[in-house]
Amino acid sequence: MDIHCLLDRLFPAGHQVAFDGVFLAGDGTCRENEVAILGTVGRTPIGVELAHRLAGEVLRVIERHPGRAILLLVDTQGQRLSRRDELLGINGFMAHLAKSIELARRRGHPVIGLVYSQAVSGGFLASSMLADRCFALPEAEIKVMSLPAMARITKIPLERLEALSATSPVFAPGVDNFLRMGAIESLWEGDLSACLAQALAGNTAVDRRRADGHARHGRLLAGPIAERVRRDAGL
Amino acid sequence: MTHSYYEASARERLAGLLDPASFHELLPPEERVTSPHLRQLDTPGAFDDGIVVGAGRLDGHAVLAAAQEGGFMGGAVGEVHGAKLTGLLERAVATRPEAVLLLIESGGVRLHEANAGLIAVSEIMRAVLAARNAGIPVLALIGGQYGCFGGMGIVARLCDRIIISEEGRLGLSGPEVIETTCGVEEFDSRDRALVWRTVGGKHRFLLGEVDVLVPDDVAAFRQAAVAQLTRRGGLDLDALKSEHAALGRRLDRFGDCPDAVDIWRALGIASAERLPLLDTADFLSAVAGRGD
Repeated sequence: MDIHCLLDRLFPAGHQVAFDGVFLAGDGTCRENEVAILGTVGRTPIGVELAHRLAGEVLRVIERHPGRAILLLVDTQGQRLSRRDELLGINGFMAHLAKSIELARRRGHPVIGLVYSQAVSGGFLASSMLADRCFALPEAEIKVMSLPAMARITKIPLERLEALSATSPVFAPGVDNFLRMGAIESLWEGDLSACLAQALAGNTAVDRRRADGHARHGRLLAGPIAERVRRDAGL
Repeated sequence: MTHSYYEASARERLAGLLDPASFHELLPPEERVTSPHLRQLDTPGAFDDGIVVGAGRLDGHAVLAAAQEGGFMGGAVGEVHGAKLTGLLERAVATRPEAVLLLIESGGVRLHEANAGLIAVSEIMRAVLAARNAGIPVLALIGGQYGCFGGMGIVARLCDRIIISEEGRLGLSGPEVIETTCGVEEFDSRDRALVWRTVGGKHRFLLGEVDVLVPDDVAAFRQAAVAQLTRRGGLDLDALKSEHAALGRRLDRFGDCPDAVDIWRALGIASAERLPLLDTADFLSAVAGRGD
């Protein structure tokens, strides 16, 4: 969905969002909530400058508007792949963004992620995956890697991966797979403003992803294994 | 007699790092907790899924520790592997050890279970920050053959402190990944000198991405870990604002530098091109006070 159309549907009562290249930031009103909006457009790769800018905007909201809800609208094909980004320490920039989002959550800002177009690997990891809750539009794309690339690297025949992905949500691209795995709480359809209002009203800082992934039979081991390590006496 | 950290296995590293016979493993290989997703693809598994987690002592201090085994799928993170690490960090919040040590060696997400691995890394990230916010210091140690890449490269930079060897490599996308995707002219992953000066321990130290540079020796890692054990990094607004400013200065100062050597020169280091040749002690004296 086009970002302008998306913003109009999320914030029918009005929004002021400034675009600067692939970066966007601003505010909108959703029912009685003032919401800070930030993100990217154009399935952009996230490199050092963009990660820095996104983090700066999160920190600005924390400082200027204590407690204001934050909506992350990050459209990304993943981290930018370049020698320059690695030279400058892109992992540190991504970590900085992650820490900034975590700080916002800890200081009581409801943080909601909405994958409206594309989310891939590192760009998803350091942004919406650290939100309190993450949702997606049904037509969005979420992945780590395409199946042909995965087949090439793992040396597992593509036909094999394709056949298995019909039943397993564990490795193949797709919003439905991430929904089953618990990383996406639900898909937003119809009245998007109502979806956002409902998410904000029911927001808690408790991470439901593991429980959701288990209940939806997508990730049956993550919860129980972590629980055993947490509780095993063994000493 | 030094004992190479680079060459050692995950278990050997833990044995050499912690006080003798103090380590007790949780979910040890006898429990046979393996990845069902690898089995489904007829890919050989490991009884510990490539990570060792447990409790021990470091110089008498109670610690929790995890070590990724590069020898198994390059230390890549899958559902079980990640859950063991997340569980250990959650255990830290409950049992309050004096610190958590993460001996990271990983290429990132395990592609055979890519979605589960990516979500697992996000949970590790949250769990590191939750442990730190609960007042438990988390230290990362990096010096294995597969380096510290992918999501684990982000995890490392969420820790209070990072100890790295010159042989250690730290980044997000590994050189092979960049070469495969963008071509050899973007990043020649077989040019070892280029790889090491771009993502290696010395450059990361000069850039301010890591706190301590040690020789490739398990005892040196131990000594550094003891010294850093309870050092804290900040996570509050002031700390993140100053990190933000520092990263912004880095972009301003070095954003146009084509190579690590140009960054080192910009830092005012004499004979910057010779830095890769120096051993750790000579390197540290050559760059004293010059790092960013």
